[in-house]
Amino acid sequence: MEHAHEIIIAGFGGQGVLSMGQIIAYSAMKEGKEVSWMPAYGPEMRGGTANCIVIVSPKKVSSPIVTTFDSGIVLNQPSLDKFAAKVKPGGLLLCEQSTIITPCDRTDIEMLIVPATETATKMGKRQIANMILLGAFLERRPVVAIGNVLQALRDVLPERHHHLIPLNEEALNIGRQFAAEQFQQA
Amino acid sequence: MSIQHDESPKLMKGNEALAEAAIRANMQAYFGYPITPQSEILEYLTEQVPKRSKAVVLQAESEVASINMIYGAGGAGARVMTSSSSPGFSLMQEGISYIAAAEIPCLLVNVQRGGPGLGTIQPAQGDYFQATKGGGHGDYHIIVLAPNSVQEMADFVFEGFRLAEEYRMPALILADGAIGQMMEKVYLPKEGSLPFTQHDWATTGKPKSRERNFITSLHMEPDKMESVNLHLQDKYRKLRKEERYELFKVKDADIILVAFGLTARVCTKVMDLANEKGLRVGVVRPITLYPFPSDIIASLATPNRVFLTVEMNSGQMVEDVRLAVNGKSPVYFRGRMGGMIPTPEDILLEVEALAEKHNLIQV
Repeated sequence: MEHAHEIIIAGFGGQGVLSMGQIIAYSAMKEGKEVSWMPAYGPEMRGGTANCIVIVSPKKVSSPIVTTFDSGIVLNQPSLDKFAAKVKPGGLLLCEQSTIITPCDRTDIEMLIVPATETATKMGKRQIANMILLGAFLERRPVVAIGNVLQALRDVLPERHHHLIPLNEEALNIGRQFAAEQFQQA
Repeated sequence: MSIQHDESPKLMKGNEALAEAAIRANMQAYFGYPITPQSEILEYLTEQVPKRSKAVVLQAESEVASINMIYGAGGAGARVMTSSSSPGFSLMQEGISYIAAAEIPCLLVNVQRGGPGLGTIQPAQGDYFQATKGGGHGDYHIIVLAPNSVQEMADFVFEGFRLAEEYRMPALILADGAIGQMMEKVYLPKEGSLPFTQHDWATTGKPKSRERNFITSLHMEPDKMESVNLHLQDKYRKLRKEERYELFKVKDADIILVAFGLTARVCTKVMDLANEKGLRVGVVRPITLYPFPSDIIASLATPNRVFLTVEMNSGQMVEDVRLAVNGKSPVYFRGRMGGMIPTPEDILLEVEALAEKHNLIQV
């Protein structure tokens, strides 16, 4: 990669927003890239919403805090309202379908609405929605290799959770497929 | 001292990396009281230390108790650390004054949040005056290191202990909530790579071979108290050789940004953005805030240059920058307060305005 990729991931607490960011950061680090993961730990978090800024870069990350983003992954309406305008022109905005009431009307960015929660619920594990979104994101912006994401899960998850890795892999693949199909249609 | 590091990196929060480094630096005792945004330090130590070392980790009943436990354990010669955040760190100032007077080495950590008062839990740099000018009573200083990355949160634990023990004085890691909470890649310092020597001044009991060691900050005779002060001032002069800073593209710069900690990283981003626009901008990052790297700033001050100090406060370090520049260049200030972080775009606008005002636009 030539340039830094600056990502905002935002949603409600419990949707796996912070861990999605950590997975990207960890996998990128393992690929030898420079990374930073900056969570909102303040009043936003205590009010029930969570977000983190992840930067993946070929060179040392200067400011870990940025105000515009190459990609936005938003999992609820307040996050969409807040961050849709902050995606750089030509950037990617990925939304979780179930929580979006008013979609974003920007035409200068790539928009992808993913029914991640719905799909995850059908798979029998609602918590896996964030991995579907992550798969979709990585299909469109391959900042890290999927194989390294799976390796990251093996590294980071305690042994007792390793039986969930195949499910995570399936979720990542469903997300990727969905994004690939949507892109072909568009 | 060159710190040895692990070969492979870890992804850690600044607070966790600092706590892990303290274990690896063979810290013997930690006393602290939880406060956001640094509670991970106490949490990490409480979880890890019982499994891995014989160190004492104690959640004291208050910050006042913590700092006095540091005074006691440090006086007994142990390698000791405490950590807090702005309001909690204020509570420790009386104890720090005593410790500075009694010449006890210890490592202090202040992961700053916005103030004054109970303030906010968001990052700030409003404790610069308190840290560098002696936050308690009397004529004293402490060593102040300002990390700007998770790597430095870990490294400065080793560096802080080393300096504190060499100069027999408190060393402070002055971080902020963002550096404490963010995760980055870190090559942790290797366990045991910081040697420890028993201090001959420590109050470890009275063997037949020597007189009783006595530690106090109370000297009723003014001539004795003045000689203690003269000794401290002499020590602070010697400490100046430990001044540390980082320079980015200052040689040809028309505008020099001066910033520490997180703000310095924002400023290097501003530098890149400004350079792309053809503006010659450089950055000076003081790493030791006390001793303050005045000489390098003084040497860069010329009439055709402009300084812009950027801080997350109302303008504190800028006073030291002005003293160093001593009227040779115009010095400007831009700051945010109350937990707000200056954005690269904000500072860039300021830089562009200064370039226009001083006719520094490159064609």
